[in-house]
Amino acid sequence: MSTHTSKPNAATILSEESRLKIDTWIVKYPTDQKQSAVMGALTIVQKANGGWLTTELMDAVADYLDMPPISVYEVATFYSMYELEPVGEHKLCVCTNVSCMLRGSEEIVDHLNKKLGVNLGETTDDNKFTLKEVECLGACGGAPMMQIEDEYHENLTPEKVDNILEKLENQ
Amino acid sequence: MVTIEIDGKSYQAQAGQKLIEVTEANGIDVPRFCYHKKLSIAASCRMCLVEVERAPKPMPACATPIMDGMKVFTRSTKALAAQKAVMEFLLINHPLDCPICDQGGECELQDIAVGYGNDTSNYQEAKRVVISKNLGPLIATEMTRCIHCTRCVRFSKEITGVPEMGDPGRGEHMKIGTYVEKNITSELSGNMIDICPVGALTSKPFRFSARAWEMQQHNTIAPHDSVGSNIAVHTRRNKVLRVVPRENEAINEVWISDRDRFSYEGLTANDRITSPMIKKDGTWKKVHWDTALAYAVDNLKQIDSKSVGALASPTATVEELFLLQKLMRGIGSNNIDHRLRQVDFSDQDQAPLFPYLGQAITDLENCEAALLIGSHLRKEQPILNHRLRKAGAKVAVFNPIDYEFNFPVAAKMVVAPNNWVSNLTGIAKALLGNGLIPTGMQKLLADSEVTEEQQAIAEALQTGEKRTVLLGNLATSHPQFATVRALAATIAKLSGARLGYLPEANNTTGAWLAGAVPHRKAGGEAVVEAGLDAYAMLSQNLKAYVLLGLEPELDSCTGSASCLEAADFVVSLTAYKTEAIENYADVILPISLFTETSGTYVNAEGLWQSFGGVVNPTGSTRPAWKVLRVLGNLFDIAEFDYVSSEQVRDEVQALVGDKKPSNTAGWQVPTCLENMASDGLQRITEMPIYSGDALVRRAEALQDTLDADVAGIHVNPTVAKQFNGSEQVQVNGASLPLVLDERVPDGCALIYAGQIAGTWHGNVEVS
Ligand code: SF4
Ligand code: FES
Ligand code: FES
Repeated sequence: MSTHTSKPNAATILSEESRLKIDTWIVKYPTDQKQSAVMGALTIVQKANGGWLTTELMDAVADYLDMPPISVYEVATFYSMYELEPVGEHKLCVCTNVSCMLRGSEEIVDHLNKKLGVNLGETTDDNKFTLKEVECLGACGGAPMMQIEDEYHENLTPEKVDNILEKLENQ
Repeated sequence: MVTIEIDGKSYQAQAGQKLIEVTEANGIDVPRFCYHKKLSIAASCRMCLVEVERAPKPMPACATPIMDGMKVFTRSTKALAAQKAVMEFLLINHPLDCPICDQGGECELQDIAVGYGNDTSNYQEAKRVVISKNLGPLIATEMTRCIHCTRCVRFSKEITGVPEMGDPGRGEHMKIGTYVEKNITSELSGNMIDICPVGALTSKPFRFSARAWEMQQHNTIAPHDSVGSNIAVHTRRNKVLRVVPRENEAINEVWISDRDRFSYEGLTANDRITSPMIKKDGTWKKVHWDTALAYAVDNLKQIDSKSVGALASPTATVEELFLLQKLMRGIGSNNIDHRLRQVDFSDQDQAPLFPYLGQAITDLENCEAALLIGSHLRKEQPILNHRLRKAGAKVAVFNPIDYEFNFPVAAKMVVAPNNWVSNLTGIAKALLGNGLIPTGMQKLLADSEVTEEQQAIAEALQTGEKRTVLLGNLATSHPQFATVRALAATIAKLSGARLGYLPEANNTTGAWLAGAVPHRKAGGEAVVEAGLDAYAMLSQNLKAYVLLGLEPELDSCTGSASCLEAADFVVSLTAYKTEAIENYADVILPISLFTETSGTYVNAEGLWQSFGGVVNPTGSTRPAWKVLRVLGNLFDIAEFDYVSSEQVRDEVQALVGDKKPSNTAGWQVPTCLENMASDGLQRITEMPIYSGDALVRRAEALQDTLDADVAGIHVNPTVAKQFNGSEQVQVNGASLPLVLDERVPDGCALIYAGQIAGTWHGNVEVS
């Protein structure tokens, strides 16, 4: 049996927990500007889904916030913190923008490539690490830098990187 | 008014205007890509940089408001250098594949690169490649060519009202498109092809068929909805290759609907018939025109003229319709009609001169409140819908199906057809006390209740001062149309709104004026004894029929050709030969189609627009007005010697004179306001957007769009339960797939026209 207009139904796709969390964002904005909560909503939904967003989830967010799906895709593809492919347990976001580049981010990236055996945008075979290139994260003062989970690691050197990785391995 | 100086000359302009509007108005060339006068300003391409005195940097003309005394230089060294540099940047990622690009020769990028660019580039690195997504059967994509002007994105958001195109990604990774592979659903989508300044979005049906400089442009009028959009047809070697809009602010602005743009494909359909044929003893034979015409006339002469019926498509021209009715009346019959989808004709004598929009098309854009009764406006008349959408008015809708609109709906009622009357009465009642109750309605309105929903509609309609009530296709085809019309008129009167009709086809209004109705002559004068209306003709077996551009089995709300099959003699003036036509017709007189004939259409606001033929008639087809003229001569009807279509038109125009339709007067006070009884599953029928006439039904690309994907019996999930999960349902003996559709009210089934035989109304037999 086919169905006319199979609109995604947020209520069946998003968990109740996610919806309640999104609601806390929605109330922060005027009632007719629900869609302002889109970034918060995507973060919540991504977290609940093991770190990445499927198209179905983005459609559900669109439905929940009454916005066209394409507008959600635009947001999700613009910001580097949203993942549209599955990622490893730890996501290493290395800034390669101007300040970091001038302060040696290339060396950091090279080092990570060798150490983990993956290129930018790839995930290690054991699914532990995803290496990702990002634009300026506003920490130019501590360039070169990378972000892991919610933490910034600044003034990176290959040794420092080794230490960080070791800690993560042993977690 | 302010005075500004551009390139040393003074110009007067309106304060607040953007610089580019002033250069535009005064014929000064400023290159641009992202600017489009009908879209919001993005100022993202920077191609329009000009020098402004005392500004430290060049300014984008599209985003710079003018100021009194401003001095602008569009061709100074600084301006030219800026334009050159921008051009170089824009070409960095452009593939420069002009020789294999369909846009070549009519490409803004090519033109501006030649006019304002450099012949070399400093860029040596690799260019990026963007994999294109399929946007459906109408628009071809080659996204590597995209220069990110975002015109298509803004068009999608601002004009179609259903944002589907976007700019996902960022920086170098930004890719204009839909992100997910999906068919664009907007009924105005083809306009994206026009506004894309490069070859990223081109016409799929037209792809690789000609270069711009090989084609000739001819102006004509679009042949489908009642807007009468101004179009240009591009031809090469006597073949129509594509259709594009022609700007006319008062009608279609710069847009046209996809239906008007792509229906030309139907001109060359496989079942096009190009020579006259007659059927003798069950076999079809090609014959000369003379033989076919004589055969038609000889046989028709045998039959009592009162037993002859003529049915015409409202897509025919004024001239054709006029000559057909003149022929019929000449042989002594008033049996002529074009209202193939109407059932209730009881108040036809009170109907206005023609189904008039009640206002100018541009007025829709300024209205503050509107009530749509029985209209899927978006799909029926895309351009009118766009005007209404622009109005930002409070729109209330009263429909049998919960259609999706591309603007906010202030109040809505979804009502099964059998309950329309009581609900419209409720809305009228909610408006009582607002004004004079039309005579006769007082008593009728007295004893009805008002529900909250009805109240909400009434309230929405009382917003602002400019209000309108519009009757759409689903109202016209309602079995109680006369009562619906009377109630709509009452609602309009009580709310101080203008009553308007949304005539179904491009020349419905012209058909009324030309006298293609059984009760009125050309010009609207009543006949002494009205003939049979279309519904009667197709449900009472007449002895003979004359058909003009019609396939009644698909075009008529009787959904059947059984009367034609049973008739002694059927003459079909048609451009196509189908199995059904072969079955019931005895003579086929092949006629020329849109673009092959001259004529006139009258649009919803009563505007007459004449056009000439654009290409020669296909094969031995003849323009229908010429065929009808010869038929008239063969019948020896007086004053039938027309030498040109203009002569015919002038005659009709003279008959109409300066008569104007009045939508306020002239509706019949109903004698009672009772609903129709219904105990089974009620059928609701909608004519799919791309099935409304013979030409569009054969436009292949349009038939591949989602809008044409209408097969099945649509019911809501509750109603579906009665079918116990079966995938196919037997409807009136035919098997249709079951489609779950939340838009359909309880007790009803939506079955799009053209799928099963049988009337569009009443109960359907299901099992
Ligand atoms: S596809 Fe065409 S209209 Fe759309 S952004 Fe690219 S160049 Fe502009
Ligand atoms: S450039 Fe790396 S943090 Fe700003
Ligand atoms: S046209 Fe002015 S910036 Fe694009």
